[in-house]
Amino acid sequence: MKANKLRQLVDRVKPQFEKGGKLSKLHSSFDAFESFLFVPDKVTLRGSHIRDSIDLKRTMTIVIIALLPALVFGIFNAGYQHFLSVGQAVTFFSWQAFGFGFLKVFPIIVVSYVTGLGIEFIVAQIKGHEVNEGFLVSGMLIPLIMPVDVPLWMVALATAFAVVFGKEIFGGTGMNIFNPALLARVFLFFAYPAFMTGDRIWIAGMTKGAGVVDGFSGATPLGELAAGHSDKLQDFMTLFLGAIPGSIGETSKLAILIGAVILIVTGIGSWRIMVSMIAGGLLMGGILNLVGANAYMEVPFYYHLVIGSFAFGAVFMATDPVSSSQTQTGKWIYGFFVGFMSVLIRVVNPAYPEGVMLAILLGNVFAPLIDHFVVQANINRRLKRATIKV
Amino acid sequence: MSKVIKIKRGLDIRLKGSAELQLAEPGLTGLFAVKPTDFKGLEFRVLRKAGEEVKKGTPVLADKSHPEIVLVSPVAGKVAAVNRGERRKLLEVVIESSGELSYETLKKGSPADMDGTSVREQILSAGLWPAIIQRPYGTVARPDHAPRDIFISAFDSSPLAPDYEFILKGQAAEFKTGILALKKLTAGKIYVCLSPELIDSKVFTGIEGVEYTVFKGPHPAGNTGIQIHHLAPINKGEVIWTITPQFVALIGRTFLTGKPDFTWTVALAGSRVKIPQYYKTVIGAQLSPMIASNLVEAELPARIISGTVLTGAKIEPDGFIGFYDSLVTVIPEGKYFDFFGWALPGINKYSMSRAFLSSVFPKKSWDLNTNLNGGHRAFVITGQYEKVLPMDIYPMLLLKSILANDIDKMEQLGIYEVIEEDLALCEFVCTSKIDIQDILRSGLDLIRKELN
Repeated sequence: MKANKLRQLVDRVKPQFEKGGKLSKLHSSFDAFESFLFVPDKVTLRGSHIRDSIDLKRTMTIVIIALLPALVFGIFNAGYQHFLSVGQAVTFFSWQAFGFGFLKVFPIIVVSYVTGLGIEFIVAQIKGHEVNEGFLVSGMLIPLIMPVDVPLWMVALATAFAVVFGKEIFGGTGMNIFNPALLARVFLFFAYPAFMTGDRIWIAGMTKGAGVVDGFSGATPLGELAAGHSDKLQDFMTLFLGAIPGSIGETSKLAILIGAVILIVTGIGSWRIMVSMIAGGLLMGGILNLVGANAYMEVPFYYHLVIGSFAFGAVFMATDPVSSSQTQTGKWIYGFFVGFMSVLIRVVNPAYPEGVMLAILLGNVFAPLIDHFVVQANINRRLKRATIKV
Repeated sequence: MSKVIKIKRGLDIRLKGSAELQLAEPGLTGLFAVKPTDFKGLEFRVLRKAGEEVKKGTPVLADKSHPEIVLVSPVAGKVAAVNRGERRKLLEVVIESSGELSYETLKKGSPADMDGTSVREQILSAGLWPAIIQRPYGTVARPDHAPRDIFISAFDSSPLAPDYEFILKGQAAEFKTGILALKKLTAGKIYVCLSPELIDSKVFTGIEGVEYTVFKGPHPAGNTGIQIHHLAPINKGEVIWTITPQFVALIGRTFLTGKPDFTWTVALAGSRVKIPQYYKTVIGAQLSPMIASNLVEAELPARIISGTVLTGAKIEPDGFIGFYDSLVTVIPEGKYFDFFGWALPGINKYSMSRAFLSSVFPKKSWDLNTNLNGGHRAFVITGQYEKVLPMDIYPMLLLKSILANDIDKMEQLGIYEVIEEDLALCEFVCTSKIDIQDILRSGLDLIRKELN
């Protein structure tokens, strides 16, 4: 009944937003809100008279649901790490930890969504397009790959950069070359390195340093490794469960695994990319084990899956359908390439402790080329077939 | 034992209201129509004006560039109306049946004893030439072409599809004669593709000189486009002809009897039909006698489709069944708003993806409607089309090349191998609700115009 009343209200104001109406200029925004509340009554005209129930909103919703375990864990972890740093003992899944973490993480999410959706609405308005749902996921991904102590204005700036230069200048959702969320992070990484690397930024409140226990290190496992302290690396299980410093959503591989299962079961995420990226990472890790030139290279190859953002990148970042390879064969190659490069950059290049971000962006650059070769093979098969016949 | 080809990719959409294997005969009085809009690649000149008498088999329309291709009246009577639409576009020639049995005579005799030219002339003058479709382009075949091969799919795998074996029961001789006639039109092979259920079919099997193949798997396994791709793909410059089994039998009958024949059995199916069953009528029959008092009354109006839900054309309740269609489907119109439809668990929402709770009932039959279930968006999701297109083709890249009007790329990516029906499932599953069949048609039309 509520829905009916709401529908009547929408129907009453709708004419104002349509052609000739007083507010017709705001048509795109109205359409976005209307279609948020109601799946439209649009029907097919010909061709396939029936259509699958899935739409982009549903697809994006599933991805967000898959991100929730990582987000919730990240909130707990933000609080837990903070209390650890100031020497207060709290249990991990406690209200204090959640409450503190929530107050830290929630503003970042709000800033990301408000900035990104704001720009999306304005651009859709100017172009007279329907507002695309793509940012619903990017807006959630951006906070999850930020260090928790990141200043909010930086989140806003990075998001704006990602949406404008990552997406809109290419023509909007579906046309971009790079993963927009990663672009936001890489922007901050190069523009404000002091806020994006180091030992202090991963724990809420530690940048200011007030009340931090003496000798407490906020370094991530990657940071420790890059600094040559491979003896300080936690055991596999600790790294897997994720009560460690790191970007908000990346630390718990268990939570990410739950997300991966959701994406694979629903058929929304590409398992090909996830599997091949892990294979690529393991292979490179194995090669480095064999080389074994330094302590970092000797880290057991499977550890690479649970340190840093490798798992998060494999499940949520590399699988972005727009910026990854579009062909099925290409996805295998692309995933493998990204996994391989992630570990290589991570271990061999000391300037960038986290190789995953750069490896995925590199993969994004190469994806069209990979597709080109896969498609060219298809074209050649077709040509060959034609010439044999003659 | 014939070759078996397993099709893995595809999708069987189970819909409610499939036709019972029973036959009704609504009688041959009333209105019948020849609809020029059914025929791709032809442009017609009207031969008979309103009011003129016609016999069964009298040409009423002729193609402008190939005047030997004619469309004939399926019944004896008089032309009731020549209906035109916007810009005088010819829509339909309506013929009122007089119930008489006068007909134009044709030659009688076995096509085996005739040469190619006389077989061709017989099919042309019987008004059945437009039954032959050519690939590439999916247009009506040109009489001056000699096709590499001719393909016949003996089964339709699309949702609520009619059962050709039931329709052609007892017409083995007609079907065989039809095949003999088609053999005279090509130096290549005649391929008949069967479903696993048809291996022992009395109608389709056992004809000498026919290449039989069994196609096993989900829709679109029954599409000729898919079958051609797996047996002998179309290359640039080649021409293949395809024809459906009912037409083969009709062609056969004209040779056996020497009379024009347009007897046509059509299945009436879909969730809005009270008694879904088969009707024996004549090509171009008006729909109203079949659906009168046979539709379910409901709040949402009904969408009547001449053809399948994936590829058919919308017609009005007093409209006429399309020339090629052995199926009329009636489903609900989806003109309603769905409150938070995209967010709710969706236990009653059908989807190929497993993004809705409905996927826990894989065997359920669905009552789907015409709602678009979303809004038009740009291409975002990848890998989705490939799941329902069992061909070595990249559909999304092909569509993008069409949108870019890049003819070279279209050719390279295999546009000659597909027509709308082959990509219909891609359109069904598309998350971004892209009108794939329209895009493909515009690409095919563009190439046809540029190359001819």
